Amino acid sequence: MTSQTFGKPDIEHANPLARTMLKKLDYDQLTNCMRCGFCLPACPTFRETGVEPESPRGRIALMKAVVDGVMEPDQAFEDQMNHCLGCRACEPVCPADVKYGQLIEQTRDAIEDHAEHSVAVKGVRKLFFRGVFPHQSRMKLLGRSLRLYQKSGLQKVARGTGVMKLFPSHMREMERILPEAASQGVIERLGERYPAKGERIATVALFRGCIMDVLFADTNVNTVKLLSEAGFDVVIPQTQGCCGALHAHSGEMDQARELARVNVKAFKDAGVDYIVSNAGGCGALLVEYDHLLHEDTAWADDAAWFAERVVDISTILVEKGRVPAFAEAVTATHAQVGLAPTSASSEASVTITYQDSCHLRNVMKGSAAPRKLMQSVAGAHFCEMRESDRCCGSAGIYNVTQPEMAGQILEHKMAHANATQAQYMLTSNPGCLLQMKLGIDKHGRSEDMKAMHIVDYLYERIAQSSGEA
Amino acid sequence: MADTAFAAKLRKIVGDRYYREDMEARVAHSYDGTPMLQALPDGVVYPASTAEVSAIMKVLAEHRVPLVSRGSGSNLCGGTVPVEGGVVMVMHRMNRIIEVDLENLTATVQPGIITAEFIAHIESLGLFYPPDPSSMRISTIGGNIAECSGGLRGLKYGTTKDYVIGLEAVLASGEIIRTGGKLMKDVAGYDLTKLLVGSEGTLAIITEATLKLIPPPRAKKTMLAMYRDLYGAARTVSRIIEARIIPATLEFMDNPTIRVVDDFAKLGLPLDMEAILLIEQDGDPEAVERDIALIEELCIAEHADRVQVAADRDEAERLLTARRSAFTALARLRPTTILEDATVPRSRIADMVLRINEIARKYDVTIATFGHAGDGNLHPTATTDARDHDEVHRVEQAFAEIFEASIELGGTITGEHGVGVVKAPYLEWKVGSAGLDMMKGIKQAFDPHRLLNPGKLFAKETRKRVVLQHD
Repeated sequence: MTSQTFGKPDIEHANPLARTMLKKLDYDQLTNCMRCGFCLPACPTFRETGVEPESPRGRIALMKAVVDGVMEPDQAFEDQMNHCLGCRACEPVCPADVKYGQLIEQTRDAIEDHAEHSVAVKGVRKLFFRGVFPHQSRMKLLGRSLRLYQKSGLQKVARGTGVMKLFPSHMREMERILPEAASQGVIERLGERYPAKGERIATVALFRGCIMDVLFADTNVNTVKLLSEAGFDVVIPQTQGCCGALHAHSGEMDQARELARVNVKAFKDAGVDYIVSNAGGCGALLVEYDHLLHEDTAWADDAAWFAERVVDISTILVEKGRVPAFAEAVTATHAQVGLAPTSASSEASVTITYQDSCHLRNVMKGSAAPRKLMQSVAGAHFCEMRESDRCCGSAGIYNVTQPEMAGQILEHKMAHANATQAQYMLTSNPGCLLQMKLGIDKHGRSEDMKAMHIVDYLYERIAQSSGEA
Repeated sequence: MADTAFAAKLRKIVGDRYYREDMEARVAHSYDGTPMLQALPDGVVYPASTAEVSAIMKVLAEHRVPLVSRGSGSNLCGGTVPVEGGVVMVMHRMNRIIEVDLENLTATVQPGIITAEFIAHIESLGLFYPPDPSSMRISTIGGNIAECSGGLRGLKYGTTKDYVIGLEAVLASGEIIRTGGKLMKDVAGYDLTKLLVGSEGTLAIITEATLKLIPPPRAKKTMLAMYRDLYGAARTVSRIIEARIIPATLEFMDNPTIRVVDDFAKLGLPLDMEAILLIEQDGDPEAVERDIALIEELCIAEHADRVQVAADRDEAERLLTARRSAFTALARLRPTTILEDATVPRSRIADMVLRINEIARKYDVTIATFGHAGDGNLHPTATTDARDHDEVHRVEQAFAEIFEASIELGGTITGEHGVGVVKAPYLEWKVGSAGLDMMKGIKQAFDPHRLLNPGKLFAKETRKRVVLQHD
């Protein structure tokens, strides 16, 4: 019948933030929320606090109230918007398909336009968002300094002298679990091309990530090797950069768009069939580059090309790798990733469990593939952790900016983790991996539970069965 | 903003943290699940006990401040929107299961417990609490009691009112009353328990409930039947009941719903079908098998085009997908979704669906109908855009005519959502002027100063009846 669209309210706001929000927020999405409340039980902050403003429905109502001129945005409003983890667990359960993730990012972007940060905060934000993340060479430099700190004995000195006690406790806990920084990234170690083993199925590009390639360079290397085993030629474009997710979640949308353009160009030039991500947090933004750049006519088409090629490592292994038929996925997966067949299930002495990456699950819809891969590991028993689909509290840099809520959420997570009695806690995202390491460390369980990226765990199994180191 | 005069007294009762007058709290309690309805309260209070509720009510009575008690605010009749301002009382902190009595088969709970969490606990003890409103993952037992919520199992197991056997409630004066108890028989005076169930927070604040539990059925089977003829589906419903079978679930979707659901969920449903029935039976395994076999025969006898009986739970889940997707599929069509619950005697379902389709065409609006065929409780659902004032007006006219049609067929304006604000102008159509006066008298007796959820149930004036044109 009517395809007429109705625009935004015709209001002249006196408040500058309200004016920017009116300009930046998608009013159709605000209207689409019908306030049924189905998102409330899915929301971690609502579950922790039990109060309506801490829910997606509440936050959307607050955004709409500002845009509609019902309320002036005050400090409490800004705090509430920053209290959201951005896990987007509310999106799959929303009957009306409201794009909450976009609304919260648009709101934070508007807030950031008017933010009056202290000089120190401004400096740190600028340093990281503009000065470090976008420049892989500087990320490496940072990595080397971290490595120097870890290797030179300074770390020992810092821990021994109690200097770390000068930092807030959550920063201190974080420092303890940081992995060893790598001096060489994936390209330095494997080159820009890595051939498929056996007949080539497709050519894929690895999205290496900025933090991944410094703190988890081994995972990048293992991802490339796994892809090769499964029949993919792998290209690693040198000119790619940071995905921009941390920027987008923190209200630095222009910077996020700038990074997106760099990546779209890098991968378009490489001309690949798929773009593989091994970090749910990055992948979820990459897969939405089309939305991020949809108003940029010069880039919209290429961004759409990019977005439709983005796929998570587990998904491409299961869906496109050497798997003859879906029904035989369990046995076929063994052949594909080179795991020994499940002949000795009786000796399943190892228990593995999994913490979903919220963005891989809720945005990339990739919750089934990692489980399929884990269930196919010979001699291992996959135990589903209770509420594995719920956020662990890491949420990008949330555990640094909102330590109290993040800690509370992590405590609940660890209770479920401990109940699985698993020896391995696998994840699909660096943030979740660090958070789970932190939880295991805090609970004094480092001896009997190890947090690993699923790629590393799977590749270790291949290396063992094929006699490689 | 300056505190209201009663703020200090309320803070003294619940503590600073649990009484709020800031804009964040006020905006976040200005709405419920009802489209196009919003009003700001003056304050929001979160009590932790019956004693606190009573003390709060005494303060508000003294200052003549209205109070709206609520759970999660998922109702669809505007039942918890504070249309006359005042204080919103959120019951979420009172969310304990006080006791499950295995000898008397009762559970005693506080009102703020989430329905699905309560049900999960009860089922873990091997017991059954049947009321299952679609919002149960978020709704509270207190809210279910206030609205007398129904659900998919209403036909065989009844609705919330059939399971509430005792209440503790705070009156408008702040006094505490207890009604009923762990009793299957109790005729001591008027049945205040039943009166409070479905009273939409207008008579008292429910602070504790004693609920009846039953043993769970041992087996369950699911089937689907599709019809080219709407009357074939309707006759099947009647014949199942005539055959002395009461199915656990007997759900219905009309053609506009089938089209929308198929487009959304890509289920490959035949789009030329006029109706789909989703039928479930539970009970002892042998009885379930016998009933389902007989129902299958009845479906075929009424010319069902296709009948599918699920072999196992996985297949059953697939069959249930179509019906479960109905609301979601409709909600995604347009920004605003208005879900009504006109209810008719089950023998008149086909007539009612045809009337709804006719009315939708007449006002040029999109209305799809699905619902609980077994108990005649239909959900004609309009999809529109709140910003299109002309279309919204036509939707309102269409619904007025649907309510009229429903009453004409011996039905009611609302089967399970409640009257609230949305259907207050139509209440007199159903209960008559003497009936309405009697209800107002009851309200007066409980709440002489109109403090509890004012502006609900009773409209300033009744809407003029639509003059129906018949061919």
